Amino acid sequence: MFLSNPKAQTEYDVIVVGSGAGGGMAAYQLAVAGLKVLVLEAGRNYDPVRETPMFKLPREAPLRGAGYREKPFGFYDATVDGGWEVPGEPYTNAPGTDFRWWRARMLGGRTNHWGRISLRMGEYDFKPKTRDGLGADWPLTYQDLAPYYDRTEMLIGVYGGDDDLENTPRSSPGVLQPAPAPRAVELLAKKACGPLKIPVIPAHLAIMTKRQDANTLPKRIHPDNPLAQRVLAQSMRERQACFWATPCGNGCSIKANFQSTTVLLPPALATGNVDIVPDAMVREVTVDRTGKATGVSYIDKRTRTDRHVKARVVVLAASAAETARILLNSKSEQAPNGVSNSSGLVGKYLMDTVGAGLGGQIPILENLPPHNTDGASGMHMYMPWWLYQEQLAGKLGFARGYHIEFGGGRSMPGNGTFSGLETYTQGAYGKRFKEEARRYYGSFMWFDGRGEMIPNEDSYCDIDPDTVDQWGIPVLRFHWKWSEHETRQAAHMQKTFAEIIEAMGGKLTGRVETDGSRAIARGGQIIHEVGTCRMGDDPRSSVVNQYGQSWDVKNLFITDGATFVSNADKNPTLSILALAWRSCDHLLDELQKRNIG
Amino acid sequence: MSDAPETPTIDGTDTPAGADESTPVTLKRRDALRVLAAAATLPVLDGLSAADAQAQGTAQRPAAAPAAPATQAPTGVTPGPRGTPADPDLLHPRTNWPRRLTTAEMVTITALCDVIIPADEKSPAASAVGAPSYVNEHVSAPYDGNQRDLVRVRGGIAWINLESRKRFSRDFARLTAAQKTAICDDICYVPNAKPEFRAAARFFDLVRDLTATAFYTTDAGMKDIGYVGNVAMPKFDPPPPAVLRQLGLE
Repeated sequence: MFLSNPKAQTEYDVIVVGSGAGGGMAAYQLAVAGLKVLVLEAGRNYDPVRETPMFKLPREAPLRGAGYREKPFGFYDATVDGGWEVPGEPYTNAPGTDFRWWRARMLGGRTNHWGRISLRMGEYDFKPKTRDGLGADWPLTYQDLAPYYDRTEMLIGVYGGDDDLENTPRSSPGVLQPAPAPRAVELLAKKACGPLKIPVIPAHLAIMTKRQDANTLPKRIHPDNPLAQRVLAQSMRERQACFWATPCGNGCSIKANFQSTTVLLPPALATGNVDIVPDAMVREVTVDRTGKATGVSYIDKRTRTDRHVKARVVVLAASAAETARILLNSKSEQAPNGVSNSSGLVGKYLMDTVGAGLGGQIPILENLPPHNTDGASGMHMYMPWWLYQEQLAGKLGFARGYHIEFGGGRSMPGNGTFSGLETYTQGAYGKRFKEEARRYYGSFMWFDGRGEMIPNEDSYCDIDPDTVDQWGIPVLRFHWKWSEHETRQAAHMQKTFAEIIEAMGGKLTGRVETDGSRAIARGGQIIHEVGTCRMGDDPRSSVVNQYGQSWDVKNLFITDGATFVSNADKNPTLSILALAWRSCDHLLDELQKRNIG
Repeated sequence: MSDAPETPTIDGTDTPAGADESTPVTLKRRDALRVLAAAATLPVLDGLSAADAQAQGTAQRPAAAPAAPATQAPTGVTPGPRGTPADPDLLHPRTNWPRRLTTAEMVTITALCDVIIPADEKSPAASAVGAPSYVNEHVSAPYDGNQRDLVRVRGGIAWINLESRKRFSRDFARLTAAQKTAICDDICYVPNAKPEFRAAARFFDLVRDLTATAFYTTDAGMKDIGYVGNVAMPKFDPPPPAVLRQLGLE
């Protein structure tokens, strides 16, 4: 990606910290509105068009593409310079905590490799406390965000169905792209789930099943903004529809799925209003004596020098935890606990998604006729949470729900695809092994629950006073505790998956874990960490207002997952994008009214 | 037999022996690209060799190639891999660790790979598609799990040759098929292995898994089990009727 020359300016209208979902959306929206925007990215420049390993085979990669320490999700995973550990940039865990923090130090951040699952939060999800008395309510409703969901889905391209189930809202007509045909395993699971009364409906993923209409969509998305219409139309013309091959997690050189680097940053740059500086590690938001943000200080990683840039407005979108880290490290006489932290809540109410999984071997899938099941690489169908009423009536023993992601079938053999056949074949080798491999190939399925965690007082991050990273920036220390609402939910997932697998006539590949505290994934492991700077109606109990605008520093905004009040089972990226857009509209309004800047 | 480390025959950049039968996949990919025709962009061609691209006459840049606005100039911050383990060159993968197994050890591993996956009417033997070299790549990798596997594989090689000499007075690789089977039957299934064969059975299972990974990730292996994906297509079809019939989903 060609970045414009940052030396041309020393002052900007807006500095955006981070270039992923929240930062990419902010840069795009503010640039098409005519503001001069500087994007600071802590990782390297990255060009998915040139760098994505489309069609590369496992056998061409070290260890046949398997994950290894520095590339945990596999050799070809789009995340570069990132993972559970970033060299020279540690984080710590408080005693008893085993939190994992995934970072992607690259342009576009985690949007380059994410799962593309794009589920809207529903009406219940915005008012969870009103519904069941737990956690906190959002300061906005589903209806407030719905128009932004529509526009975001049109902008990035999302496929899905028009089902309208409880707390599982549908998009406005004409917004979504057609869902792809279900795979055989998805139809099989749907059949098995019928008697179990578990709905199986088209999944919503940010993958284009057809090209966007560059002649009409930009006008619908950006009425009355010719600049936005022009750059968006150009961007849409550069995107191809999915060609049903190669994993989205490797990135997409034909721009068929959503990545900030293929969908948001190119049109933002095309306005001529955006400069992007990579390798720029922001350490502090600077404020003047009146408490107004003046800019940010960052470390230029290539020269290891400290720099300062000024702007009328600062937008933080560094990821929920990194944004909290920047604020907590921005200390001054007026803000001894960090900028925008008069509530003392920065870093608090950190949440992840509840995760648990189980696999099955399904005899009816053995020896299927060869056919291509690659599809969109992600799921075509999924199961939304279906027990809202039972749960509200207190019948389940845990307060919030989960959805089910699942798959299987005749996918490309990779490292380990045929491992473990010893058990199934009682130690086959020789020609019999080859016959057994043919038989078992494609007969395995997996089920993963993704559930809501309720924010709690024991899950948060703060600054570790004993440790700095290689740039001299104090690092985060994580504190983590699941409540019984989460562990019981994980146990329920296990029970449900076993029922589905058995309904398909399958055998479990593992043991059903009835102890939820063993079944549940570690904190951070699902990579949906949100919270830390929650929004609210009251400056005493929240860090930002419903627009992500700091209560303490009016020209400081947060557009990443830090502002989440709850963490519904719906994967957060789509909501981050929609909320970031809404924040930008408010930011522009505030500038226009001269309330800020 | 020499004790010198085997010169790697593959390092991730060379073509494994026998793994050059990539023609079927490439042809399919090319056909699919023809279907895509005008929509095919340069990045799509990445999976093809330059010769392939020329042959189909689509090597030109697409009309819709990203156009940088005139106001924009490169900063000199060229995107591209740093070449570190966390940021390797994904388009030109290579392994950079020296191979640990000796030539003599590789002789044993080669024999064992072919006992596990021999040639049959459908596909070649494991050694014909480079499986032994993959075993060496795996056990030579600088990661904890791999280094544990190196110990298990080395120990297993030593054990199986000792056992072969004890029973048949020859190293494993020089045994007849029946003699190899006599030993492998004792170590092919951990739950049934006698205590004195348990460690050897774990070695055998590890080599079986590594051989299977190596074999089924080649074009020959993918063809054998009927993997027909990784091809660009204009649309994704529902499962064919024969599949729906078998699953009772008609």
